[in-house]
Amino acid sequence: MTAAAFGDIAETPAPFRRGSWMRSEEARGLAMISPTFLYALALLFLPVLIVLAYSFWTQDYLDIDRTFTLENYRQALTEPIYRDLFVRSLWIALAVSIATVVFSYPIAWFISFHGGVHRNLWLFLVTVPCWTSYLLRVMSWKVILGYGGVMNTGLMSLGVIEEPLTSLLYNSNAVVITLVHSWAAFAILPIYVSLQKIDRTLIEAARDLGDSRARAFLRVTLPLSLPGVISAFLIVMIPTVGDFVTPRLVGGKDGVMIATAIQAQFGKAANWPLGAALSVTTMVLVSLAAACVVFALRFAVRRIR
Amino acid sequence: MADRAMIEIQSVSKYYGIYKALDAVSLSISEGEFFSLLGPSGCGKTTLLRSIAGFETPTEGEILIDGVPSVDLPPNRRPTNMVFQNYAIFPHLDVSENVAYGLKRLRLSAEEERKRVADALDQVRLSGLGKRKAHELSGGQRQRVALARALVMRPKVLLLDEPLSALDKKLREEMQVELRMLQKAVGITFVLVTHDQYEALALSDRIAVMFGGRIAQIATPKEIYQRPRTKKVADFLGGMNFLTAKVLGERDDAVSVDAARFGAVNLDKPQGFAAANGEVTIGIRPERLRLLWDDDRAPHELAGRIENRAYFGEVTHLMIGVDGLEQPLSMVETNNYGADDLPIGAEIRLAYDPDAFVLLAEDPPVSRV
Repeated sequence: MTAAAFGDIAETPAPFRRGSWMRSEEARGLAMISPTFLYALALLFLPVLIVLAYSFWTQDYLDIDRTFTLENYRQALTEPIYRDLFVRSLWIALAVSIATVVFSYPIAWFISFHGGVHRNLWLFLVTVPCWTSYLLRVMSWKVILGYGGVMNTGLMSLGVIEEPLTSLLYNSNAVVITLVHSWAAFAILPIYVSLQKIDRTLIEAARDLGDSRARAFLRVTLPLSLPGVISAFLIVMIPTVGDFVTPRLVGGKDGVMIATAIQAQFGKAANWPLGAALSVTTMVLVSLAAACVVFALRFAVRRIR
Repeated sequence: MADRAMIEIQSVSKYYGIYKALDAVSLSISEGEFFSLLGPSGCGKTTLLRSIAGFETPTEGEILIDGVPSVDLPPNRRPTNMVFQNYAIFPHLDVSENVAYGLKRLRLSAEEERKRVADALDQVRLSGLGKRKAHELSGGQRQRVALARALVMRPKVLLLDEPLSALDKKLREEMQVELRMLQKAVGITFVLVTHDQYEALALSDRIAVMFGGRIAQIATPKEIYQRPRTKKVADFLGGMNFLTAKVLGERDDAVSVDAARFGAVNLDKPQGFAAANGEVTIGIRPERLRLLWDDDRAPHELAGRIENRAYFGEVTHLMIGVDGLEQPLSMVETNNYGADDLPIGAEIRLAYDPDAFVLLAEDPPVSRV
């Protein structure tokens, strides 16, 4: 019956008049977003295009040789130093995003399910670290993890260790710890939003149909909050791959990531085309890695039955 | 009335802070019975149903389900299944997966599981829709999925929380018939929560009417409609003309009262009858009053005039002013003889049956703290 009704509507020819598109919903929508769209085009899309163009050119002392070449990509993909940096960057980004999501999910879950009337207060508290500069937050981890830092003196006064640990700072662990802390708020919020949207009677229905609390969480809450988990993952993972400040400040020799190499090409090495090729390769790799993560998550959750 | 008690609720109270949602509620529901909890919003009927399901833990009292003390059992360890008011269909699963949701725990063979899901969908006339997602279903279909999902578990008790309130009138009436047939077919105990008195009357074997966290009356639909115990019960179950009457005398099982223009009326004496300063409230249903046309004669007649009327298609509701009565009488007349054409102000005669009066007790004062 309903299908027939829809069919009738579909068969009615759409009224066609000159200029009707100008008055349509679509045109109005486009007009509404056009300032932002143009802004994004000018400051996001064009720079990317320029970088893309540079990646196919060659640095010729102080000039740019504009003949098409894949030499930069050959270097970016075959030089062991860049390959290692790509692998390390992706690895650190993956570790950071997994750790961030794993630590953020329980917080988001707690605020959503047990925050009660203080939900907004909790969310406010989550954002408080973001009120100071990103740089300051990274620096403060130096104070915590450093040779004479909070962690070492604390452990020493507890008698857990005899002398300060040097393994805390200036390695990839320090980068991971610092980045997880920096990105936590950005992971908590999307997960919280998707948890908040879950109809609570669905969880009751799962319990009613025989699930324990844990099973109901795995079979209903987790799959329904997956969109939030995926966005948290992407929000953390994509910028982390190219992060420059944190590895520079707390990473030391072992924490160097691809962004440091890119910066070097655009700076001291003055080889913009190679830097551009490294940037483009990073973008492609992070997109692939993100897609893999999304599919893996979807697949894993669908397996829970 | 069936024999064995399936659910026994023993003086269950539920407090939210100092607010009393349930106040020492006791009742017993038999095996295979269709039992309704009827009352206005906030009367505690849903809290009681959720206590049976295990989503609320009573502050005091015990609930026996099939003889098992269940107050401390979580919902997943009770032989009850629930149809939620909004149906709670899992949006990430299709219809078959929704229905099979609870079966996964039983670790049936794939064959057996498929068969039980197909049977359940058949039972609610949804066969062939197994691959649809929740958002592709109409309200009525969602309700059937919720029913199938609960029934496939073969529960001892099916709990229904206002299952029909989200449907439009026509569909609701269809589903009422279907629900009743389904209950007869599967033969398990149904406990229905509703605020719709017609739904409760049409479906139930017995009804418990609740007000302010307490049970006002438990009886069969016919008895509760015709012999409501208190004013509030009478009022909630449909129209009622209330009159204040003077007590003339009382015997062991009957009370005789002076019902103003209706003359002396003999009424069944309820248990614990007590007249406050010699006056009682009595009531008569609007449809027990009848218009007399032209030369019609009746043993008990009363003259009046039409003060107001409302046309309802098959019937007309009339408000009749009678000299000597404080309130106009409300009555319902079929339109077969032209009651819808009577003008306001017309002088009419009406007939009544003195046996149709009921004596109504005063309701206990409501206190929720």
